[in-house]
Amino acid sequence: MKAGMSLELQGIGASDGLFLGPVRSLHAVTKRRIPSSDSVAEREALTAAIAAAIAELSDLMTQVDGDAADILAFQVAMLEDDSLSAPALASIETGEPADIAWTAALHPEIEGYEASDDDYFRARAADLKDLRDRVLRHLVGEAETSRSDGMVLVGDDLAPTIFLETDWSRGGAIALSGGSTTSHVAMLARARGIPMVVGLGDAIVGSTGMLAIDGATGRVIVDPHPDECSNFRIRHAADVERRRAENHHLLDPARRGSGERIEILINVAAVEELDHIDVRSCDGIGLMRSEFLFRDGAPLPDEEQQYKAYRRFVEWADGRPVTIRTLDIGGDKPVSGLTPVGERNPFLGLRGVRLTLSRPDVFRTQLRALARTAAHGPLKIMIPMVTIPAELDQTAELLDACVAELAQEGIAAIRPPLGIMVEVPAVAIAPDFFSKADFFSIGSNDLTQYVTATSRDDANVAPLNDAGHPAVTRLIASVAGYGRAQGIPVSLCGDMASDPQFLEGLLDAGLSSLSVAPARLGRIKAALRTL
Amino acid sequence: MSEWATGSVIITHNVGLHARPSVKLTKLAKGFGAVIEIAGSSDGPWIDAKSIVKVMAMKAKQDSTLHVRATGADAAAAVTALTGLVERDFDEGGHVA
Repeated sequence: MKAGMSLELQGIGASDGLFLGPVRSLHAVTKRRIPSSDSVAEREALTAAIAAAIAELSDLMTQVDGDAADILAFQVAMLEDDSLSAPALASIETGEPADIAWTAALHPEIEGYEASDDDYFRARAADLKDLRDRVLRHLVGEAETSRSDGMVLVGDDLAPTIFLETDWSRGGAIALSGGSTTSHVAMLARARGIPMVVGLGDAIVGSTGMLAIDGATGRVIVDPHPDECSNFRIRHAADVERRRAENHHLLDPARRGSGERIEILINVAAVEELDHIDVRSCDGIGLMRSEFLFRDGAPLPDEEQQYKAYRRFVEWADGRPVTIRTLDIGGDKPVSGLTPVGERNPFLGLRGVRLTLSRPDVFRTQLRALARTAAHGPLKIMIPMVTIPAELDQTAELLDACVAELAQEGIAAIRPPLGIMVEVPAVAIAPDFFSKADFFSIGSNDLTQYVTATSRDDANVAPLNDAGHPAVTRLIASVAGYGRAQGIPVSLCGDMASDPQFLEGLLDAGLSSLSVAPARLGRIKAALRTL
Repeated sequence: MSEWATGSVIITHNVGLHARPSVKLTKLAKGFGAVIEIAGSSDGPWIDAKSIVKVMAMKAKQDSTLHVRATGADAAAAVTALTGLVERDFDEGGHVA
């Protein structure tokens, strides 16, 4: 690389924050083992590498639960099974070096999963590759040099196991050529405040020098030259200082300068996100995205699994309200086996409550789990993508039937309040048709997309996709005004609630309840005090 | 060849014999001294129920029948325990229909 050459890449911001550091490539292990030409030594090396991998995974298992723990338990069980290593040990007897023998032995196993016609089994190929590479790193002696603290992890995608075993205490960041803002790792990164950018394309692969990451804008500078570095460091220092100042009064109740109390709640998905949030810093959970439990390629969660998961949010909130949104998939969030395939325009297709009403089996399971959770604290159910009152009525009927069923079965349950997202313009224009809703929550991201006819993720029309458009603001004010007149609580849970530039307008529109990204609590509460 | 104790059960779990159920099944199997084998069909191929690598490689799906056979001192108890686990949906409670 020539001196002074830098490359700027635009990806999609998955977790806020700035970071400048050296690259640590997550690419497949390319280093080769120096073979000992002694089959006994090679055999011992492989056995020791497998044992070391098992020890690492067992250690990781103590830090996680739920799905992540299941995946680790599966990897440990695979490694403990002699039939996984048997073909490798046989090749070693014939003189093969341990690393080549191990890679060759895993190859047909991985191919077997990749060839499956079942999404769930196909997804296990990634687990096998993960455990193959973990053993390989020990074999080739890369394990000790795989320090990643204070570095930028770069790869196609990132296994949650790698995130969990990385020491983030000295900071760090993640830059991926592929990946997704809704992945498990993105949730974990947001929870820990680790800057992350996804969708950078192949240009990021193979970079070896320094990277400057802006997780808010999705901008990444590869090999920044010295003045870019010093500029970035100044911005970073200012960012750190600003966060410190904003978080100074994090635990104080949210109030305007006049003293008027405003409710500030948080938007969450993964239960792990809660580990790093002090419950006293917010007024509850304004949006829990339940689709996080329904990951593409994973089995559908059953009632018991959902109930256990939802219950943890209610317990964490400790008496504060928790609003759980029913499954909001479709659009940009496909789940195979549930969402339709080949829709011409999925954002205008079978998504949100349209989809769940078409799958009463799946919907009932979720509503039963939610009604059971409501017995543990103030839970509210919110349905997304409502367009006509019949969708609210049908959901209410289904919910009442589930509550009655649970009562007959002698299972503790409560009928929670049932509200709707206001994100389809039809509802925002005519909220009076939805007077039976127990509450309204304005989803400003989709509302803006539909009102301005601009895609949320198309850079070409990004300037038009503006939540500050007067048409959007007027609709918000009209919904807030209707809610106030009818005594229906109205809040807003889109990204604009997390952006201080819109705060005054939202308060002027008559809103007194906002749900924000947890990392923005300090900033929004600080901005509120100035208004 | 010694006598085989046999049994069969329908897998009701919503994705079949996936990772978590397979871990449970092989752990349970390893608790018995008997040789325990499972198959997707009564004529085999029979595979070692104590090996998660082989159990997962079967990729047994929901609503398929799992055949179990065992030989050894505790063979009958082993078949009962394994079919029982599958019958109880791997002790995972209600599932998505």
